[in-house]
Amino acid sequence: MIRAIRRLGWVFGFLAVLLIVNLTFQQFLLAPSINAQPGNQRTVLAEYERERGPILVGTKPVARSVATPKQTYKFLRTYPDGVLYAPATGFYSSLYGSTGLERQENDILAGTDSRLFVDRIEQLIAGRVPEGGAVQTTLLAAAQKAAAAGLGSQIGSVTAIDPKTGEILALVQSPSFDPNGLATHDAAAAQDYYEQLDADPDKPLLNRPLVQTIPPGSTFKLVTAAAALDAGYTPDSVLPGPAAYPLPGSSRSLANWSGAPCGPNDKTTFANALAISCNSAFAYLGNELGADALRTQAEKFGFDNSFDVPMTAATSRFPKDPDDAQTAMSAIGQFDVRATSLQMAMVTAAIANKGVTMSPYLVNQVLAPDLTVLSSTQPKAFERAMTEQNAATLMDMMVQVVNSGTGSNARIPGVSVGGKTGTAETGAGRPNIAWFVAAAPAEDPQVAVAVAVENAGQPEVSGNAVAAPIARSVIQAVLQR
Amino acid sequence: MKGHPRRTELWLLTVAWAIGGVSYATVDLATLDSLPVNFLTVLVGTAAVLLVGHIVIRRLAPHADPVLYPVAAMINLIGLVMIHRLDVAAQLRAEANDARPPSADAIAQATWVLVALGLFTLVLFFVSDHRKLQKYTFTSLVAGVVLLLLPLLPILGTSINGARLWIRLGPLSFQPSELAKIALTIFFAGYLVRKREALATVRRKVLGLGIPRGRDFGPLVVAWLVALGVLAFERDLGTALMFFGVFVILLYVSTQRRSWLIIGAALFALAATLGYFAFGHVRLRVQIWIDPWAYANDEGYQLVQALFGLASGGLFGTGLGEGYPQFIPFAKTDFISAALGEELGLAGMMALIVLFAILVERGLRTGLACRDPFGTLLAVGLSSVFALQVFVTVGGVTRLIPLTGLTTPFLSYGGSALVCNWMMVALLLRISDRNRRPSMIAQSADEAMTQMIRVGIDR
Repeated sequence: MIRAIRRLGWVFGFLAVLLIVNLTFQQFLLAPSINAQPGNQRTVLAEYERERGPILVGTKPVARSVATPKQTYKFLRTYPDGVLYAPATGFYSSLYGSTGLERQENDILAGTDSRLFVDRIEQLIAGRVPEGGAVQTTLLAAAQKAAAAGLGSQIGSVTAIDPKTGEILALVQSPSFDPNGLATHDAAAAQDYYEQLDADPDKPLLNRPLVQTIPPGSTFKLVTAAAALDAGYTPDSVLPGPAAYPLPGSSRSLANWSGAPCGPNDKTTFANALAISCNSAFAYLGNELGADALRTQAEKFGFDNSFDVPMTAATSRFPKDPDDAQTAMSAIGQFDVRATSLQMAMVTAAIANKGVTMSPYLVNQVLAPDLTVLSSTQPKAFERAMTEQNAATLMDMMVQVVNSGTGSNARIPGVSVGGKTGTAETGAGRPNIAWFVAAAPAEDPQVAVAVAVENAGQPEVSGNAVAAPIARSVIQAVLQR
Repeated sequence: MKGHPRRTELWLLTVAWAIGGVSYATVDLATLDSLPVNFLTVLVGTAAVLLVGHIVIRRLAPHADPVLYPVAAMINLIGLVMIHRLDVAAQLRAEANDARPPSADAIAQATWVLVALGLFTLVLFFVSDHRKLQKYTFTSLVAGVVLLLLPLLPILGTSINGARLWIRLGPLSFQPSELAKIALTIFFAGYLVRKREALATVRRKVLGLGIPRGRDFGPLVVAWLVALGVLAFERDLGTALMFFGVFVILLYVSTQRRSWLIIGAALFALAATLGYFAFGHVRLRVQIWIDPWAYANDEGYQLVQALFGLASGGLFGTGLGEGYPQFIPFAKTDFISAALGEELGLAGMMALIVLFAILVERGLRTGLACRDPFGTLLAVGLSSVFALQVFVTVGGVTRLIPLTGLTTPFLSYGGSALVCNWMMVALLLRISDRNRRPSMIAQSADEAMTQMIRVGIDR
């Protein structure tokens, strides 16, 4: 029997080895793919095991993790002022994943980024639970609050940029949402809230300033004006300015918002055309310059390009092959021209920045858990859009818009504000969008801002009435920092 | 292992007690941020229980193997710690939901440990010589079959989670198949001792394989039919597999004929195929084994949760109290090794498997050292019960083989299994004590203390 028992011992030993080999597969070799299986709540929970780093505005956290002892989830993500900063922070939810900076900067916030390697080793040795790093945004709390207060309950978005660097100073939308409602560990409450947001016709989850492309209306005349200056026009150039511009190859015509000619004898200067937002003169300019010149100019400002701020902003478009009538309408920001409020802020910023378009960005610095700086974002020029001289000329023309033209509500005593109104038609029977873009101070620009308010009533006046005051208060907030 | 075996045993017990105590404290520190309220009481109580067992062995089986008892106690303590850890999870969950806290299963299990210690002592006391058991060969058969059939009785029997394995006596439910394990192992050993000459006889050779006489197939076929019956009527794949496996193993060991293994394997394959096509629950188990992810939210939920847990544990585990073993349904019983794998990692699982391997190896060694064939077969049989049960349960929850419903020896929550496992250890100690008794070896006292095994004599 002895030989048989010994053999049996070997067989049992072999079975033990089989168990261990299989466990090595399950716990080591296959573990990464098992951990990544959909529906594996342990992987979700593991993200909540460590303290996720904060998202900062200045030194103040707008997203941070709070320990929740004895609960299944060991940390809860909270958002002080959540509604205000939601377009930047996005949300971090165990049920719905993450969006915004929470998603784009996840590696740093979760502490898995390779730049945090040394910190991880230190934490491991010290036996501490690993912590995530911090992300400091470029946002300016005062600008953000001024924009949100200005929008109030109106539907729309505000984007403010530092013209010299491309730093995004304000990123505001209305309606917004409260990321706390989605970050809660009460799954039923999170689900209710998400379904409510998802069903809302005003789309609070849509990132309006970055992702929503809408017709820019008369604010696009800045692009047409830039192209015209490049083609040799001067502010004093005389342009035809009838009450209505007959569209080439069509029986229809394009009327001025006032229904009146833009000057005596149906003529106007280029500068005056911009100041009073003369549709017929700009439609004429569009046809004189041609679609290709307009598109080339638009692309130098960032149209037809995608920007990662780090969230990927929607691409603003100038139509591909417009006929002459369509070109004329495109020149005043109608037809198929589509832009985000970020894009219109970039156009304004480039004019203010002596003609150079800067790449916009939202993350200023990335910090280790001990708040040492891991990296700072360096401003990056996207492209020169205009000559320095043309840019200065156009900026002067924009100051006239505010001082003596349609943009009177953006005036700030002692500060030279350059701006442009706009009212975009979104289709028959649909409400117009009131626009206002502005940069100030003209001689040393600190801020460029684009405001788009949807569902705003009257043509042209609404840009000044509804959007300009918001732009003004954002500019004031930035200048007071 | 030189020196007095009981001193070795006491030393090993101290190690087991210390590891158990530290683990217990770790669970509460990780989950409740404080030492257990009853920490000292539990430490002292555990030491007392371990010592009582040790003293019983000193009195009743002084020469027995010194490793068996501490190893079984160590595994038992690990099981208690994990059951307590899952208790804490349930308690915290109840607190979070403002629900009434569930009763602590660890306390119930600890109570069963006391019962087990009592029966362990009784076995060592009444079975003064294991050879006495040989007289009860056929009594054991009857007892074993009756125990297996008990749950099928209309009033007594109870189905839990689809398997009709329990009998209910007032507030107590008992799993008679656990006791049947012991009874039938005694029967197999006693029966094969008598019949092994005949069963070893080779009639003719087919393809180089010795084929036994036709009428000698009888017992094997009966065992096979009984196993199939258990599978069909009690829906208990694990128990069926184990009985048949142990019988084939003992048939092989007693006759040394490999043909029995091959015939046994063939019968197993036949039964497995029959079972696959005849029983939906068997088919489902196999399908879940092949692709658990397809059943992740229904019938395969438990296995998928176990695999998630094992993967999250990784090489070194999440640490006791730091994982989520409570996500696995029935983590305290069938899936306790998955819960341990999550929190102790691959390293902890290797240690656990090595502990079981030591237990089985010591059991087999006891069989090797035994001078009477009945004792040898009984020791090998009992060891094989442990080995197969560990392989089938750990292999099942880690997706090495399809899942069968069995408890992991000494680890799983459940009184009947725990009591019976300790009775099996008592029997192994009894055989081992007999082997190593100095007067029996009749050599120098010094040599008797060491672990002598006579080899080269084929009985």
